[in-house]
Amino acid sequence: MSTLALAVALFLLANLVVALIAAARGPTPADRMLMAMLFGTTGTAVLVLLAAAVSSAALVDVALVLALLAAIGGIAFAKRAWHAEERGHD
Amino acid sequence: MIEWLSVALLVVGAFFFFAGTLGLLRFPDVYSRLHALAKADNLGLGCVLMGLALQADNLAAALKLLLIWPLVLAASAGVSFAIARRAHALGIRPWRKDAP
Repeated sequence: MSTLALAVALFLLANLVVALIAAARGPTPADRMLMAMLFGTTGTAVLVLLAAAVSSAALVDVALVLALLAAIGGIAFAKRAWHAEERGHD
Repeated sequence: MIEWLSVALLVVGAFFFFAGTLGLLRFPDVYSRLHALAKADNLGLGCVLMGLALQADNLAAALKLLLIWPLVLAASAGVSFAIARRAHALGIRPWRKDAP
C-alpha cells in the first residue's frame, strides 16, 4: 500500500514539474500565481501521501502549514502585489 | 474491500490532478486556467485524502486528514475569487472563440 502512495506522490511531483513550464511562459503575473496555488494543493497531497508511506504523522502538520501558506500567499498577491503597470497581454 | 476502495480513490485523485495540470497548460486565458485549477485539483486532493483516511490507523488520524479538505476548499475559493476579480478590474478580457 505504501508503494502505491509513493508512486502517486511521484506522479504528482512529475505533474508539478510539467506545470512549471506553464509558469515560465505564462503571459500575466496571475498565471505565475496560479502555479503557487497549484504548488499549494499538489504539495499538500504529496506531503499527505508521504506521511502515509513512511508513516510519520508530523508530515500531515507540514501539509496543513503548506495549505495555509498557499491561501495567504494568494490573497496577498491579489490584494497587494498585482498592479496594472506589470500587466501582460493576453 | 476497503483496501480496493482506497486504491481506487488514490488513482482517481491522481487522474484529477493530471486533468488540472493539463487544463493549466492548455486553456487560453486566466479565467479558464483558474477554473481548471480551482476545481480539478481540489477534487483530486479530496479523493487522495479520502483514500488515505480509509487506511488510517485510528479515527482521529482519519478525521485530521479529512479536515484538511474543507480548509483547502475554502482557501481555494477565496483566492480564486480574489484573483479573478483583480484580473477583471485590471481589464483583462475573457477569452472568446470568435475574438481576433
